Amino acid sequence: MSKDVVADLKRDHISKLLDKGMRTDGRKFDEMRPLKVETNFIGSAEGSARVRLGSTEVVVGVKLILGEPFADTPNTGVLTTNAELIPMASDTFESGPPDQESIEVARVIDRGIREGHAVDLEKLCIEPGKQVWIMFVDVHVLDYDGNLFDAANIGANAAFKTAIVPAKRAGKGEDYPLPVLHQPISITAVKIDGKILIDPTHDEERVADARFTVATLETGNLCAMQKGLNGSFTVDEIHKIVNMSRKIGDEVRAKL
Amino acid sequence: MGGTPTDLKLIDENGRRLDGRLADDMRPLKIEAGVLSRADGSAYVEWGLNKVMAAVYGPRECHPRHLQNPERALVQCHYNMASFSVDDRKRPGPDRRSHEISKIISEALTNVVFTEYFPRTSIDVYIEVLQANAGTRCAGLTAASVALADAGVPMRDLVASCAAGKAANTMVVDLAKEEDNFGQADIPLGYVPRTGEIVLLQMDGDLTYDEFDKGLNMAVNACKKVYEIQRDALKRRYAARSVDAEMAAPVAGAVKEGM
Repeated sequence: MSKDVVADLKRDHISKLLDKGMRTDGRKFDEMRPLKVETNFIGSAEGSARVRLGSTEVVVGVKLILGEPFADTPNTGVLTTNAELIPMASDTFESGPPDQESIEVARVIDRGIREGHAVDLEKLCIEPGKQVWIMFVDVHVLDYDGNLFDAANIGANAAFKTAIVPAKRAGKGEDYPLPVLHQPISITAVKIDGKILIDPTHDEERVADARFTVATLETGNLCAMQKGLNGSFTVDEIHKIVNMSRKIGDEVRAKL
Repeated sequence: MGGTPTDLKLIDENGRRLDGRLADDMRPLKIEAGVLSRADGSAYVEWGLNKVMAAVYGPRECHPRHLQNPERALVQCHYNMASFSVDDRKRPGPDRRSHEISKIISEALTNVVFTEYFPRTSIDVYIEVLQANAGTRCAGLTAASVALADAGVPMRDLVASCAAGKAANTMVVDLAKEEDNFGQADIPLGYVPRTGEIVLLQMDGDLTYDEFDKGLNMAVNACKKVYEIQRDALKRRYAARSVDAEMAAPVAGAVKEGM
């Protein structure tokens, strides 16, 4: 109950500012927060990145182990994405099995990197039908100030770029860099009072009516989308967000 | 989206798809409203080879209670696939995919329900996929909104749902299983025809901007067709009822229409 009162007050504050074309942190509607990416942050992981997007902070770790391929894809490695929204990161996160929110986060991140072919999974095959590399992409949220989708997606892309396949440790020859194909970058927008904002903060997410995430490739093509929350978009708003995502996605890609 | 195996031709020289449809054709869609006795509202959908049942209970007391909202009802969707609904037996119970689908369908339905009329309650929507052949989330959402209307839950409009996608380099509507498995992209859409609002939208695969634009338009048009079939199902359901009532009070010439 108290949280709702706070949300109502914040909503008033946020929407009054939006009417004047402003956001609470002084950004433009189509402006990302400052992005800092630190790769190889975790020595025990095959690839890793610590991403700070404003005050949202996530660590993405990539681990590879040997295993069996799925029966229907005998020639490709296996990609598994998981997101841990741990209680440290926010008073709204609880420990325990993953809830719908963290499952959605993990699946949207997974869809971006899988459909965008971030990693050439066919090169992660050792013996067709018998042995492949299983790649775990684990997202650990340390500080949650909104927009986990993009922070984690950027972290995964950054981690792939520096990841090493630990072949030697597994007795499979020399180590080699993870075969990276593309950089599918996701950009998320929310709608508040009919206005479209990129890279929402936690406060903005809490009062948002609807959310839309678009992952784009360096070719300008689109590879994954997800609409969320109870609100709606018009067809024109969807087009506007898709175009914003292509433009800002290019800017983010240039920074990695 | 997997690659196209060379031996499978998703679209032939005449623009016909594997099941004979043209790019703009939906699979045959049949909806029946009010098919379960215990549920407050229900609908059964056969859409191509998909068979999906939706049931609505509520508004009723919200469990667990800490989820109660003092200002509005909670619309809680539970999407589930039967273990026998797919070729390889699916392990029973919820997985990550079904959690995600439940969440986005709940959100889409919340948008159209007047939740403020029923504070502290839960409106539970159960979607059971009995036979799956691609497009089950769209079939489930389509069935669920008819079931909500059948339950008498006040709504701004029905949500109609259909996907568009890309198969054999062509934009098509309502992907069937082979097109989903071996096609290049999938765009499931949930649409509110009266207002033109989009309440569910996902995409996976690889599309140019123009292809997406075309696909979204095709999906919107398909949703408008789905909407007519949804309305027709509700009209048939309640037309049959009013005829029943007339039969009870004998009126000459009243004939019960078969369902």
